[in-house]
Amino acid sequence: MIIPIEHFLIVSASLFVIGVFGIFLNRKNIIIILMSIELILASVNINFVVFSSYLGDLVGQVFAMFILTVAAAEAAIGLAILVCFYRLRNSIFIEDANTMKG
Amino acid sequence: MALYFFYFFAFTAILSSFSVIFSNNPVHSVLWLIVTFFSVAGFFILVGAEFLALLLMIVYVGALAVLFLFVVMMLNINFAGLRSGVAQYLPFGILIGLVIFIELILAFIPWDFKEQSVNNLSSPINLSETNTVALGKVVYTDYFLLFQCAGIILLIAMIGSIVLTLRSRPDVKRQNITEQIFRDPNSSIEVKDINPGEGI
Repeated sequence: MIIPIEHFLIVSASLFVIGVFGIFLNRKNIIIILMSIELILASVNINFVVFSSYLGDLVGQVFAMFILTVAAAEAAIGLAILVCFYRLRNSIFIEDANTMKG
Repeated sequence: MALYFFYFFAFTAILSSFSVIFSNNPVHSVLWLIVTFFSVAGFFILVGAEFLALLLMIVYVGALAVLFLFVVMMLNINFAGLRSGVAQYLPFGILIGLVIFIELILAFIPWDFKEQSVNNLSSPINLSETNTVALGKVVYTDYFLLFQCAGIILLIAMIGSIVLTLRSRPDVKRQNITEQIFRDPNSSIEVKDINPGEGI
């Protein structure tokens, strides 16, 4: 491998931090929050695949595939809940979701 | 050569992910998210995981991004109000992000594989067969049950999102098939004797 593994790790760390930062920055817009979660999961996937490739073990790629599955399911359920919430309240402000006083 | 490709993909990934969280229009955010996932797929191809790269494109770009686009476009939302209060969260967000980044870098910089770790690989990569074949051999043998579990998770997600978004509207006329089937001539046909020049 010509590319040192640290390069990949730094890029994936940056993507992770950008995802966390996006959650903080767009606290009112749940669509952007869902996208930030996708960014975080993508950075985790980069780590799994890169370590799997550099170690020479295929299990990391299998696990990345399962993460992909869970990410897809989570996004689908999240967007379905969002559509329900919009029908109920006619807005997607997270601050309107205070019925349970959480 | 691979290093140049790596820098290109890294630059694109970081720039487009910044655009995802900073763009004012969520449709633009979704499009930048697609660019990010393309760059991540580029990383996967660079390290030799072609199957996962193509899977990422199919699942994320083909399904997830389209799902996001549908939701963003179907809901009639005032997005200008959603941006308010950014300055309030900005310093805290930068602080948290910086702390996490420094911690991750501290963990990653002194990284090295131990010599013994080569001895306990559970499924070593065989370079004589393609990535897809190798992955299939592992997934359909050692991880068969987990693979089925992943399928069940997807099924549950599908059923769950259908149940969540299904609604029965009372003002819509629907076809009642049972009622149609159980109609018989005695109850639905009536013979009337109508005199000429008169109505019923």
